[in-house]
Amino acid sequence: MKRSINIWNGIDKITILIFLLMVIMGWFNIYAAVYNEDHKEILDLSQRYGKQFVWILATLVIAVFVVIIDSRFYFFFAWIVYAVVMLLLVSVLVLGREINGARSWFEFGPFSFQPSEFAKFGTALALASFLTNHRQELTKLRVIVIATGIILFPAMLTALQPDLGSTIVFFSFFIVLFREGMSPYIFISGLLMLILFFLTLLINNLYLEISLVIIAFLLAWFTTRKWKTCIAGLGIFILVGGALYLINHYVFKSLGNELILLITLVLAGLIYSYPIYTRKAISVLFIYLFLFGSILYINSVDFAFNHLLKPHQKDRVEIMLGIKSDPHGTGYNVNQSLISIGSGGFSGKGFLQGTQTKYKFVPAQSTDFIFCTVGEEWGFLGSLAVVGLYLFLLLRLIFLAERQRSAFSRIYGYGVISILLTHFIINIGMTTGLVPVIGIPLPFFSYGGSSLWGFTILLFVFLRLDAGRMEYLV
Amino acid sequence: MKDAFINRKYFIITIVVLASVVLLLRLFTIQVVQDKYRLSADNNVLRYVTQYPARGLIYDRKGNLVVYNQAAYDLMVIPAQTGEMDTATFCDDLGITRENFVEKMKAAKNYSQRAPSVFLKQISAEMYARFQEKMFLFPGFYVQPRTLRKYSRPIAAHLLGYVSEVDESIIKKEPYYKPGDYIGKLGIEEAYETELRGKRGVKIYLVDAYSRVKGSYAGGNMDTMAVQGADIISSIDLDLQEYGERLMQKKTGSIVAIEPKTGEILALVSSPDYDPGLLVGRVRSENFARLMADTVSEPLFNRAFMASYPPGSTFKPINGLIGLQEKVIVPSTEFGCDHGYLFVACHSHRSPLNLADAIMISCNSYFCQTYRKILENPNYGSVSEAYEKWRSYLLEFGFSRKLGTEFSNELPGLIPPASYFDKIYNNRLKALNIISMAIGQGEILTTPLQMANMVSAIANRGYYYIPHIVKSIGKDNRIDQAYTVRNKISIDSVNFEEIIKGMEGVVNGGEGATARGAAIKDIIVCGKTGTAQNPHGKDHSVFIAFAPKDDPKIAIAVYVENAGFGSTYAAPVASLMIEKYLKGEISNKYMEKRMLELNLVDQSTEDETQH
Repeated sequence: MKRSINIWNGIDKITILIFLLMVIMGWFNIYAAVYNEDHKEILDLSQRYGKQFVWILATLVIAVFVVIIDSRFYFFFAWIVYAVVMLLLVSVLVLGREINGARSWFEFGPFSFQPSEFAKFGTALALASFLTNHRQELTKLRVIVIATGIILFPAMLTALQPDLGSTIVFFSFFIVLFREGMSPYIFISGLLMLILFFLTLLINNLYLEISLVIIAFLLAWFTTRKWKTCIAGLGIFILVGGALYLINHYVFKSLGNELILLITLVLAGLIYSYPIYTRKAISVLFIYLFLFGSILYINSVDFAFNHLLKPHQKDRVEIMLGIKSDPHGTGYNVNQSLISIGSGGFSGKGFLQGTQTKYKFVPAQSTDFIFCTVGEEWGFLGSLAVVGLYLFLLLRLIFLAERQRSAFSRIYGYGVISILLTHFIINIGMTTGLVPVIGIPLPFFSYGGSSLWGFTILLFVFLRLDAGRMEYLV
Repeated sequence: MKDAFINRKYFIITIVVLASVVLLLRLFTIQVVQDKYRLSADNNVLRYVTQYPARGLIYDRKGNLVVYNQAAYDLMVIPAQTGEMDTATFCDDLGITRENFVEKMKAAKNYSQRAPSVFLKQISAEMYARFQEKMFLFPGFYVQPRTLRKYSRPIAAHLLGYVSEVDESIIKKEPYYKPGDYIGKLGIEEAYETELRGKRGVKIYLVDAYSRVKGSYAGGNMDTMAVQGADIISSIDLDLQEYGERLMQKKTGSIVAIEPKTGEILALVSSPDYDPGLLVGRVRSENFARLMADTVSEPLFNRAFMASYPPGSTFKPINGLIGLQEKVIVPSTEFGCDHGYLFVACHSHRSPLNLADAIMISCNSYFCQTYRKILENPNYGSVSEAYEKWRSYLLEFGFSRKLGTEFSNELPGLIPPASYFDKIYNNRLKALNIISMAIGQGEILTTPLQMANMVSAIANRGYYYIPHIVKSIGKDNRIDQAYTVRNKISIDSVNFEEIIKGMEGVVNGGEGATARGAAIKDIIVCGKTGTAQNPHGKDHSVFIAFAPKDDPKIAIAVYVENAGFGSTYAAPVASLMIEKYLKGEISNKYMEKRMLELNLVDQSTEDETQH
């Protein structure tokens, strides 16, 4: 008895409150999103809102169970949970039901179950368990590799389904690694790669590459302060490039400009290698390698985008970037979503009064696009409320994570934060046109048993760990 | 247990706050600041009106319009937007009963509450005009303009194909198509569907609660224009086609006419046929069912390339060619004929004959003996091997395989491979086992299209272009590369000349020539008669020809079913077609009248066509 009172005392009521608020708000919005005049009763089990009520009840039961179990259980069984979940991810590829070209769901009669939602939980546990033993060691290559492996294994499996959204969520675990000491340079590189990715699609490759060359030389001057040498280097580059261009123009006539640039870079590099070696200019070497890598990267992005992405995925990215406009076809979802949210104005149209919602213009409105209902019926005030709730929840969770005495709890906590943050940004970003259409649910809001239970377990395990934070774990 | 990285939490907090701020700014912009996405205070609704492109037109080789478009209007409904309305007036105006109305509304609701569905297909222009005025009385209903095909003349149905609505299976296979789209079936409409269909566009309108259009959404910035389909110039000579169909009235059979120098199909007639206008619009399914059910005349069946027959004597020229090429005979080689050869009978004529005369007189014995020599050629180890070599020539001509025309349902015909006979005759195939193939009987099956292609190759003295019905596509006059390739046959041109001499004799020769009635003044027509044996009834009358002998402009194959000797009916028809094409005028009016009025259909009862 004493134990359960302790748990109740220790558990963070604020988070539970936010959780309940979100779940109930979500439930009402689902009611509005799929409102069917023939089934007005919110508890009608043939409709999604009725079903969601059942899922919510089940979730509360699950939450209670999660909290009752001793927190050490989660620590000891972390790897077993991970293994089970990985097994599920593998088997869904074979045994899962194919829907819309992807095998992401198991179906048993009327029940469906999506393993990737639970895989996120399993990965958070496993990662936390691994890193507990290897804190302060995230600069060691072996540790980095294993940690990345724990993350990438489920990510790959999810990508095979294929489920782009969930795959991206797994990559958010790198935030956890960052918090636990991984070098920020990896992140900066990642960010740069992302920026370069978009620039490649938006700007002509050649101009981009020439700009990079100029930036590289400026960087070289900045770090070495030897402007004469840098100008000389630039001069050599221009000479070699110019010569190659002329030779091509009059003799070969077959090489593209980008290829000329690449060859110039290689030849210039050969020329530079001597002075770099003799003067031990390591920073210049790095700058050169970086430049070379970037140009190769630009070319591979181009290649991958044009040859590896499926046409509808290409379309989605192009629509998001504004290169392409297709309001009737691929851009339909986003366009409708923007109209719904946009037409909510400041205070919205009122409950059950959204025309876009009522006339079912937005596809997937009870699941991935649930935020549209909020935007349309509750306006900016509603949007503010929901975004505010998430902001508050995430900040609260960070606070809770930092007050943990045990590393395992803290690391796991950051796993929860990363997952929720990613879902939050991508889902709302997608409905407002800032992010290409990637199907993932809005936690606690979107319709669906698997998603609701997955997030609930994820959250409540952390609450349980937090409640027992005075007990010392490893 | 010091945590060296505790300060990193600030960075993460920053990310969280930054993300929220960005999202809020974006939300603020689209919800409060920008009007772009907001619909007006009247609670307007968006209506997506598909802009269906006009389907490409089809012309004939001379520029005459063959197929064009007429306007039609579909009445659409969005059940969720309907409300109180005067159903009685509605039904009256549209000419439907109340039960009909209820049924259709139910169907629409079942399909989708929010997505538009077709309530009534293709209402007339007058109905549309009247309905437009009253539309505000009927919220949720609106009119969608469409186009339907119209034919300048009720001919060439098989060639042109028809247009129908897409069904589920097509939508699944080809993601471009949406319910309500049209797609071409058979003939040119199907073969060139991607070019003819153009590209769909969309106009987005703001519509108020009374179904009144208030204006374009976003100033028309999100609209896309429909792109009209590409026009097609077909290779058909419309006048010739019409003439051919008239000649084949009340007869069963087909005509295929090709321009040898290009492979362009000038006319493709299959009789009985039907008026293409029957398969347009609302009446299409009904008429289609009716045509399908007509198992006596089978009008939907295209005999030009979906029916295969044994070619009969029209096959002799080819055997002559192969004989010359394989050097088992020379033009002066003579064979005797004793009312036939062994067990193959022949009509009575002078004997012996050389090659050219044998063709002119159509002597079975000559070709049986030639064929025997081909098969028993000592250069090959066995009859089987020689047979395969013989068959390989035929494959070059386009027999026993699809020619590769635009028609998807082209039949390949059949000339069995050696293995087929080896099995039956236990690897000891003898020439006499298959001697009937010398005169185009036995296990050979060819289509009229293949025969026309063959005579086209002969006319060219050794090559052909794959027969095709389209001259050029679209504004830049494109055409599929395959049709510009010259397919050469490995038989020397000089050998062709010898055969042509014989074929010239068939029409213009002296005593014994089998088709003197087909001769045309001032034009040297070269041809060959054939009588395809029909086990189910009267033999089929066949004639292949090309003209003029030097610088040929037309190659033709005519099949008249259940009509007896080739010279009787097929030859005159071919001659008339040739004269019409080359001269425009017919000189032998009597023959023309006779052919036009000839009625073979009502005579035959249990005759069947070979499929």
